[in-house]
Amino acid sequence: MTDQHSGETTHQYATFSVDRLFFGIDVRTVQEVLRTQEMTRVPLAPAVVDGLINLRGQIVVAIDMRRRLGLPPRQGGEPMNMVVRGDDGAVSLLVDEIGDVLELGGENWEPPPENLDVGRRGLLDGVHKLDKGLLLILNIARVLDVSGCEAA
Amino acid sequence: MDDLEAIKDFLIESAENLARLDQEMVELEQRPRDPALLASVFRTIHTIKGTSGFFGFDTLGEITHLAENLLSEVRDGRRELTTGLVSLILRSVDAVKELLGAIEETGKESGRQYRELRAALEEAWQSPGEAPAETAMPEAEGERAAKAGVSDTTIRVDVGLLDKLMNLVGELVLARNQILQFNAGQDNGAFNATSQRLNLITTELQENVMKTRMQPIGMVWNKLPRVVRDLAQSCGKQVQLDMEGAETELDKTLIEAIKDPLTHLVRNACDHGIERPEQRAARGKASTGRLSMRAYHEGGQVNIEVSDDGAGIDPAKIAAKAVERGLIRADQASRMSEREALNLVFLPGFSTAAQVTSISGRGVGMDVVKTNIEKIGGTVDLSSRLGEGTTVKIKIPLTLAIIPGLVVYTAGERFVIPQVSLLELIRLEGEGGGGQVERVQGAPVYRRRGQLLPLADLNQLLGLQSARERNPQSDVMNIVVLQAEDRQFGLLVDGISDTQEIVVKPLGKHLKGLSVYAGATIMGDGRVALILDVPGVAERSGVLGGRANASSARAQAQTEAVENERRRLLLFRAGKSERLAVPLETVARLEEIHWDRIEKAGSRQVVQYRGEILPLVDLVCLLDRGAPERKASREPVHVVVISDGARRAGLMVDQIVDIVDERIEMRQASRMRGLLGSVVVGGRVTDLLDLHMAGQEAWGAEFAETRFARKGLRVLIADASAFGRGLVRERLEMEGMRVLEAASSREAAELLDKDACEVLLLAQTLAGGDAVSAQASRKGIPAIRLAGSEAEAEELRRERLEARFQFDAEGLLAAVQRSVPRGGAAAIGRLAEAVSAEDDASRPVVMEEK
Repeated sequence: MTDQHSGETTHQYATFSVDRLFFGIDVRTVQEVLRTQEMTRVPLAPAVVDGLINLRGQIVVAIDMRRRLGLPPRQGGEPMNMVVRGDDGAVSLLVDEIGDVLELGGENWEPPPENLDVGRRGLLDGVHKLDKGLLLILNIARVLDVSGCEAA
Repeated sequence: MDDLEAIKDFLIESAENLARLDQEMVELEQRPRDPALLASVFRTIHTIKGTSGFFGFDTLGEITHLAENLLSEVRDGRRELTTGLVSLILRSVDAVKELLGAIEETGKESGRQYRELRAALEEAWQSPGEAPAETAMPEAEGERAAKAGVSDTTIRVDVGLLDKLMNLVGELVLARNQILQFNAGQDNGAFNATSQRLNLITTELQENVMKTRMQPIGMVWNKLPRVVRDLAQSCGKQVQLDMEGAETELDKTLIEAIKDPLTHLVRNACDHGIERPEQRAARGKASTGRLSMRAYHEGGQVNIEVSDDGAGIDPAKIAAKAVERGLIRADQASRMSEREALNLVFLPGFSTAAQVTSISGRGVGMDVVKTNIEKIGGTVDLSSRLGEGTTVKIKIPLTLAIIPGLVVYTAGERFVIPQVSLLELIRLEGEGGGGQVERVQGAPVYRRRGQLLPLADLNQLLGLQSARERNPQSDVMNIVVLQAEDRQFGLLVDGISDTQEIVVKPLGKHLKGLSVYAGATIMGDGRVALILDVPGVAERSGVLGGRANASSARAQAQTEAVENERRRLLLFRAGKSERLAVPLETVARLEEIHWDRIEKAGSRQVVQYRGEILPLVDLVCLLDRGAPERKASREPVHVVVISDGARRAGLMVDQIVDIVDERIEMRQASRMRGLLGSVVVGGRVTDLLDLHMAGQEAWGAEFAETRFARKGLRVLIADASAFGRGLVRERLEMEGMRVLEAASSREAAELLDKDACEVLLLAQTLAGGDAVSAQASRKGIPAIRLAGSEAEAEELRRERLEARFQFDAEGLLAAVQRSVPRGGAAAIGRLAEAVSAEDDASRPVVMEEK
């Protein structure tokens, strides 16, 4: 996993922000980006599942990234949907804002710092040092695996 | 590349031929000289032989070649088709299937040589066959010939393509629904007409696309004659299989889903149902048993019946077995109707087979049949007449993709209820609308035509807040009466909308664990709505009670038993403590002993008692270190003889107060030496004696390792396997522990939630086990993992988890004992609740004058 991000070759990351943290995921896993969608709540579902959205006839689970990352709840403002392709079909990640696609080489890559809560839970693959801050690279497979999360 | 394509074609074609071959061989056994049948069998084998030669599949070629040789002799009338020969050829067919399977997976033969089979074929070929005696040509020749020719009008289509078509039609249906909804608000003649037309065409398209996925049930059935034949042979029975309605069509995915359940039912019927010929003769039945399968359409559903004229099932035996297995309580069993009792066979972990055979009776089976059928929205019902036979009736929907559903509203959310489960709608309004709902022990019920209908509140069930709760005096009540399994219940909702054709979409893996939903759909307004799973809703709400949701009922019964347990305590006085108590089960006898019998052994006081030396502990000194030693007097001293099952000790007390048998209301931990804590008994605060401390005083420190520690300890075993639970349970109960069982993580969570146990034994195999263990650790309940092997246990222990191999009973006991903290609230509960689970409890306690 680590080799993928370091080394000579460059990688493209789709970026977004959640609670002023700057995240990136492999652009190839991203299907599309949507504005706020009408959400159907799912009672009794794990808390990280915000609900279901209709993506052109396809029913897609929306995961609240703030909850998933253990960050404080959103104060106002509508979340954006970053739809990614998981093993089990499309899943929408609810994020605060969508950023640009960045093409980054391995020279500024580092493994996740030990003291980062998100990293401790195995959700991070690594960190890219950018001029303006850090880009946290998420392991999308782990983010989508919510089996350990508790019911609402 | 062309080669690969050709091999694929060969595989597809062979698979079809082989399925037919099984059936034809069995038919052939009955009509050995039907030339059309023989020719067909011969042709199939020949084709496979030819093609395998072409691709260079040598083993395949050789086996088919040998089989073909034999068959050609049979065809030419030079060899009799014996049962042995049929079996041999069937074995060859099996080998061919295996080889083809390997080719499909890897592109080449498996490398298995089938030497034995080949030798058997050779031998049969070498031994001269007996020419059959000439007989008249059998009939039934004409119809076979007439069947040829259908293939000219059919083409092969990939199922994936059909699935895609079906999905697209689903989308179209949704779009149509949206247009119709929009149209309702329009006043445009042309648009109205067009949308009407769209509506009709869509419906017709939907029906026809659905038809493309339909397959005759015969596709599954044609494997059964072979199964029945082999089974009957191996059990020494004679079974005739009749099939009716093989042309009945249903959706391909459903065909796949019923394959295993049907096979299982047929196996069951042959193995347990139909008796041996001599038994049948003794009962005045024909020596050949009849097994019949029937399929037909009825009311948008497919009915499949599997019936035999065998021994039938005795409901009383079933009920007794279920009680024995702890699946239901005896009082439940006595209230059951025959039908209900019969349906107990569907409970998980149930098996009536007195003898476990290789075929069935392993205790898995009927429950799996039921689960599989219910998974596809079907129902299973069993009826039986003792001595006359058994019938299993399966009802399944024609298709799963599009179903009619009732749209309801509750707490501002919208849900769809599949119409199959819907019985009626009740709207209560006017004066005291809500008042017509009564409560029986807190459970809401409604009197419907004189019958009590259990109610479940959807809002409460889903943890939603509704108008009804905000305003309980509300005048309007909506009850949706539903059928789950064979019971009825009412679901309270805020509002009822209308019925719609909905396209069922599965919920992704993120929501898979939620049994209350069957899926989701997209409504006319483009929003997603959840589809309720009626059996799941019923189970979650517990409205069905009894057997219909045995697992939940079991959990409930267990907690009830724990909660309502009356604790029997011996009360006495010693020194400053006015009211001390020990659980009565630990008390062997009460004695009055004269001082002149008390002797000194080392620093301890002992008394010769019933042929042993009984160490004595003066509780006054134990509880109050500063208290002066008891002085010898003329009055006899009261001694409570306690026993841990192996050893005994005497506690010297001042006075025996009482024996009480009642619920303990309040508990509080104690920090005082020698006491576990306080409870309220008979309205007065009473201190519970720490028997460990007393025991250590009497016997030394090793007392901590005695059975006292285990007595009355409540241990929860969470394991999906009834066998696994039973195994551990027995050993623990022998030690006087109380064992609670949970067959799922949900049950376990429920019991943990109610503080029903002090130790958790958690099977590694239990789904959702991590959540259970997390919950236990939050509650401070120690968890011990039950591993499937010593190696696995080892590995878990390396991860610093307490773990034991599940068959290592002694290690497990030791682990259980070690895991329990002494003192503290748990221990008080434990001691207080050391109850009459075992014989000691009923041992009479008598005052004895010496």
